[in-house]
Amino acid sequence: MTDIFNERVPSLEAVAKTALEPSPERAGDGGLSRRGFLQGSAAVAAGLIIGVYLPPRARAQSGAAAVINDPTPGGFAPNAFIRIAPDDTVTVMVKHIEMGQGPTTGLSTLVAEEMDADWSQMRAEMAPAETETYVNTIFGLMGTGGSTAIANSYQQMRKAGAAARAMLVQAAANRWKVDASEITVAKGTVSHAASNRSASFGELAAEAAKLEAPAEPRLKSPDQFTLIGAHVAKLDSRDKSTGQQRFTLDLYPDDLVTATILHPPQFGATVASVNDKPARAVKGVIDVKMVPAGVAIYAENTYAALKGREALEMTWNSDNAEKRSSAEMEADYLKAVQSHGVSARNDGDVEKSLAAAESVFEQTFYFPFLAHAPMEMLDAVVQYKDGQVTAWLGSQLQTLDLGALAQVFGVGEDKITLHTLFAGGSFGRRAQPGGEFAAEAAEVAKALGSDRPVKLMWTRENDIRGGRYRPLAVHRLRGALDQDGNITAWDHQIAVQSFVKGTAGFEGMIQDGIDSTAIEGSRELPYAILNQRVGQHLMDNGVSTLWWRSVGHTHTGYATEAFIDELLEKAGKDPIEGRLALLGNQYPRHRAVLEKVAQIANASGQAPAGRQRGVALHKSFNTYVAEIAEVSDNGDGTPRVHKVWCAVDCGVAVNPDIIRAQMEGGIGFGAGAILYDAITLTEDGYVKQANFDTYPSLRIHEMPEVEVAVMASTEAPTGVGEPGVPPVGPAIANAWRRLTGQRVNRLPLVPSEA
Amino acid sequence: MTITFKLNGKSVSTGVEPDTPLLWVIRDDFRLTGTKFGCGIAQCGACTVHLNGMPRRSCVTPISQVNGGSVTTIEGLDGKEAQAVQDAWIAIDVPQCGYCQSGQVMSAVALLREVPKPTDTDIDQAMAGNICRCATYVRIRKAIHNAADTLED
Amino acid sequence: MKRILFYAVCAALLAVAMAFALGPAIAQSASAEAKSLKSPADFDSINNLKERSVALFNEMGKVLKHPRCVNCHPRGDSPLQGMEQQVHQPLVVRGMGNIGAPGMRCMTCHGPENVPYSTQEGSIPGHPKWHLAPPEQAWEGKSLAAICQQLKDQDRSHKTLAELQKHNATDTLVGWGWHPGEGRQPAPGTQKIFGDLTQAWIDSGAHCPQG
Repeated sequence: MTDIFNERVPSLEAVAKTALEPSPERAGDGGLSRRGFLQGSAAVAAGLIIGVYLPPRARAQSGAAAVINDPTPGGFAPNAFIRIAPDDTVTVMVKHIEMGQGPTTGLSTLVAEEMDADWSQMRAEMAPAETETYVNTIFGLMGTGGSTAIANSYQQMRKAGAAARAMLVQAAANRWKVDASEITVAKGTVSHAASNRSASFGELAAEAAKLEAPAEPRLKSPDQFTLIGAHVAKLDSRDKSTGQQRFTLDLYPDDLVTATILHPPQFGATVASVNDKPARAVKGVIDVKMVPAGVAIYAENTYAALKGREALEMTWNSDNAEKRSSAEMEADYLKAVQSHGVSARNDGDVEKSLAAAESVFEQTFYFPFLAHAPMEMLDAVVQYKDGQVTAWLGSQLQTLDLGALAQVFGVGEDKITLHTLFAGGSFGRRAQPGGEFAAEAAEVAKALGSDRPVKLMWTRENDIRGGRYRPLAVHRLRGALDQDGNITAWDHQIAVQSFVKGTAGFEGMIQDGIDSTAIEGSRELPYAILNQRVGQHLMDNGVSTLWWRSVGHTHTGYATEAFIDELLEKAGKDPIEGRLALLGNQYPRHRAVLEKVAQIANASGQAPAGRQRGVALHKSFNTYVAEIAEVSDNGDGTPRVHKVWCAVDCGVAVNPDIIRAQMEGGIGFGAGAILYDAITLTEDGYVKQANFDTYPSLRIHEMPEVEVAVMASTEAPTGVGEPGVPPVGPAIANAWRRLTGQRVNRLPLVPSEA
Repeated sequence: MTITFKLNGKSVSTGVEPDTPLLWVIRDDFRLTGTKFGCGIAQCGACTVHLNGMPRRSCVTPISQVNGGSVTTIEGLDGKEAQAVQDAWIAIDVPQCGYCQSGQVMSAVALLREVPKPTDTDIDQAMAGNICRCATYVRIRKAIHNAADTLED
Repeated sequence: MKRILFYAVCAALLAVAMAFALGPAIAQSASAEAKSLKSPADFDSINNLKERSVALFNEMGKVLKHPRCVNCHPRGDSPLQGMEQQVHQPLVVRGMGNIGAPGMRCMTCHGPENVPYSTQEGSIPGHPKWHLAPPEQAWEGKSLAAICQQLKDQDRSHKTLAELQKHNATDTLVGWGWHPGEGRQPAPGTQKIFGDLTQAWIDSGAHCPQG
């Protein structure tokens, strides 16, 4: 698999280099010029930019966009991102998968803004899996993640929309024989006021289609925005409220075979033997096959596939399995953090200042494995027929999934059609650095040896026990205070495993031995502490792990904000004022969200008796978020989170209501995890949890009230899918410590007895 | 054995194994895919339908228990409460990924049919069986209140 | 049931993986003592009538205090689950008539019979009248003496002793405790023995344990 990807996608270093080279090849195709990409990317704060990648093939195919994006007869596809139909609908081909974070609405807003379309005429579809055309310029491959959708597409979609608008205007000018500068566009109507003529987009589509796309269409200035920053209704709410939205599981192509799979019960175990006779005896079961991931059961209907799986009699070979319990892993990690690891940051002299300090405080934090548990479990439909592969799935990294499909079937990617479906949640689960699930689904389809389409459906048990967890981590922090309560030293040691190490697409995220996904959020601590050190210990572990909504920040944000809060308390300082003092003047955006969240919480009055508030501040994915949680004791020693106030600065707020929704959701998702969730392994390495009874999800009666303030900003827009998550854990824990005196250094806060 | 029941108002029959969960009959045999599979053990509520007018988790309901009964799925939902709930859902953009929302709507409609003006506690108790991993709960609560308000008018 | 048998055969091979699924089953074999329930005849040797009566009730207590029974006689408004007696997941409350809240009745999940899960071991329990015992019949956390007094108090039990015996001996929801479905440990003995014990206790004066 590695080789295939390396052929297609250059290393990330090479990608970064490419980005700096001037490249005029793409000029002349409207919104897609290289310069356009660079402008768009440059607007994103530098930290996130990995590179810009346009493979040579894409350059050679300049102008091919209209072929890929075939318009309806009489319609118009000005570029690969927009399709205008004679019925006036404008369909945006959205290159970022819709998993609930709103890119279909967000990217369509950008297009509609520059086209001056009416919101009611906008539609959205998932773009075809074509890396060349639909590359995420931040990753260098087609994919979604890292809260990059709006950041990546802000300029690109606006340019696409502006180019379409210019062509429609020119078509009108030609038809009416007037100068294009006299033509205006508003709410989907192209008008020439002087002659009192007007036309809709659909009416002009056929003529516009004959025109050349402008090389550099003019973009609006922010004061001209009518949709960006305004409230627009989400495009997918109706279908999702009426049961009409199609997900992968909902596909029933003719002649469908439904497959389930049984995975080994330990990580690294393999099939020793299988007695499939009882499974084959189940009415409706077609076949049972060994596949690399386990044993696949094929049936004419879903229930037969489930019953067949239950009837399998298995023995497993656990010779090479990871057999440590999670407790043993913790102990191993704890040993590691006793010494300094690879320096991710090293300011001043931490050892010396710790030794000389008036008082030193030490805290160890334990973070469990966490499952993503998206509502729709992993699933795919794959068909191999007449040498052609067709796959339907909620693909989050299409480039890698395409590579995996090609590898399994041994065909070129030109023989593969990958349809990206809306996904029932992901939280990182569908973004697989080696296309592993696509490969599993392909192996399952291939093993049947039939040209029927095969739907592989995971059950919740496959999901909860299926690995790719947020990694287990142990953090050890030491902080030194002087006589005046100033923090003079900060030592942060992190033991965690790397999930990008050894992957084809993402190993480049390890630079100078530092895996940014392991320690991000710790080395960027904004507090003015002269002697500061972050040490990374990358641990080997047989349990597979992955990015989980906000990735490294899920544990670094917790450790730093819980520890700083305790140090401030020990120093007798106010948690807000103390943080502001440590931020100084260097971090105005951090300061602003912190001051804002304090303001909106204060506006609600003091916390009622029996409740306490805790605060946390964390920047992730170039978005700044501060949250305050108000917590009481349920009466049984467990916390009840009543309310969370949140202030978020994500640059230009393209869709303020989606931003609020993502903060609400991120807060609920994060709160559920830190309150209740852990994946734990038994003495022999078996996962204890299996479903929502043992791996609880936050439920409605546990959801706090949420109030969100979205900061006004003219900075380039940044992501919102993840940044709401990191602060909520420490905000709750800090409130709980202030309420009960009990610090929370082992998560979850309310362990279940699985 | 043939099992006959009403599905969204129409009489239908199926000859599937009698222990087949209603969920898979609805989806596999009748291709009504709005009803979702989320856990298989009645923990998440994504598979909620109405059986004889009451909410029911179709993943733990053998089709044999449905014989002679009447099943309503999200596709066949109607009446003023349904309209109010779905309008409210759309108006404040409740769904994120949307996968659980059919079940959420089915539970919310069942609540409003019994309790036209629910309190927060009523909502907690009626909706606690429906998991939303996107945690759209703030809006679910608000939409139910909004729907109740429109029903009052 | 055949699945359980299969596990017994293959347990050695399947090792710990199945231990989770089989937790209750293993607990079952490990506590053969708790599984058994003595018959009234086993108490004939106790000559003192009152002592015999108390001993009979203590034997009934093995059933009364078993999680299969206590879980639906909770002290609060939510039932318990499992041998560990955790609060019911998801949250449910007794509601009017002890059948759950509007929109989330017991029957939202519990049908007229136990239904095995199709994706994992275990089952969802069921009975045509699945509901919680009323609050005045809460047993959770109470001593056997208190439960005994409660059962004899008609204001709380709403039953004469004869009706109580009939309930214990023949009510099918009580009987569910001995047929709780895959993945659940049944109450000790049989409903027949439990009914006989109840009759013998009544016949011996229905004396309650002290304490």
